[in-house]
Amino acid sequence: MNIFDFFRERKKDTASIAKERLQIIVAHERGQRTQPDYLPALQKELVEVIRKYVNIDQDQVQVALDDQGGYSILELNVTLPDR
Amino acid sequence: MAKVLVVTSGKGGVGKTTTSAALGTGLALRGHKTVIVDFDVGLRNLDLIMGCERRVVYDFVNVINGEATLTQALIKDKRLENLYVLAASQTRDKDALTQEGVGKVIDELAQTFEYVVCDSPAGIEKGAHLAMYFADEAIVVTNPEVSSVRDSDRMLGLLASKSRRAEQGKDPIKERLLLTRYNPERVTKGEMLGVEDVEEILAINLLGVIPESQAVLKASNQGVPVILDDQSDAGQAYSDAVDRLLGKEMPHRFLDVQKKGFLQRLFGGRE
Repeated sequence: MNIFDFFRERKKDTASIAKERLQIIVAHERGQRTQPDYLPALQKELVEVIRKYVNIDQDQVQVALDDQGGYSILELNVTLPDR
Repeated sequence: MAKVLVVTSGKGGVGKTTTSAALGTGLALRGHKTVIVDFDVGLRNLDLIMGCERRVVYDFVNVINGEATLTQALIKDKRLENLYVLAASQTRDKDALTQEGVGKVIDELAQTFEYVVCDSPAGIEKGAHLAMYFADEAIVVTNPEVSSVRDSDRMLGLLASKSRRAEQGKDPIKERLLLTRYNPERVTKGEMLGVEDVEEILAINLLGVIPESQAVLKASNQGVPVILDDQSDAGQAYSDAVDRLLGKEMPHRFLDVQKKGFLQRLFGGRE
């Protein structure tokens, strides 16, 4: 990388930044739109069950439903606290 | 059969009412009997943009409540034979519009008009929901700016799921993008999202691009839909959009930085 590239990199125009940010947030929100209505409730109940045994916060559990066409994968990601 | 169009955006201040007034007037100019309906209950403004604010006697809510007939409430435009306005009510009652009531009015309008243009309020509350619910086609007004694009995408999601067409399992609402307040100079400088960028993100057909124009404020100051200013760039861009709405192929103008001489600028010459 020469010095010109360095400056060009830093002067990335704001319209491209806007486009990138929009592509990410729009894709994320479209994903949420297609998720079934029960998913937030499912996540909440799962947290409550896990909390009976381990002390965790709501945001330490991620529930994602990935539609693979013929079948769906329910992915549960729990971050357990340090012992 | 009448076509019901909704002009929507999610975000406020992007040009929904300006667009409703311009497109409705353009359809009437081409001989189609058109009514523009203001759904912004509590904050009506279409009457001002159309220049008929002093002639509002009865409004949309009066018709729904049976306090006036549709014939009494429709305001005939003074300039065009085929153009009518149905004003929104200034009531503060949020529940003044009901799905049943709005449906009845739309169906009655559809019997006598060729085009029913629904001017949606901003937001995703009841007024916006009812404005889109009965639509056959949607015009999504968007500014080349992050919050407006995101809100437009949100509206596209609602158009696909929360409409009479969706609930009855009919063909979905035909969605089209109208990019307004476009500034080609800033796009060239990389300071503003370009039309291709917005098309790529929202992935819907482009109805038109309206350049940022002084003509829009001048027109609203006088209560004249900007499309009637046929010398202006915005007026001409809206006129092209109306032609596209009617199925004509029109090249997109005003996308590039205009290199015009002083005199040409003064007289608003065409390309």
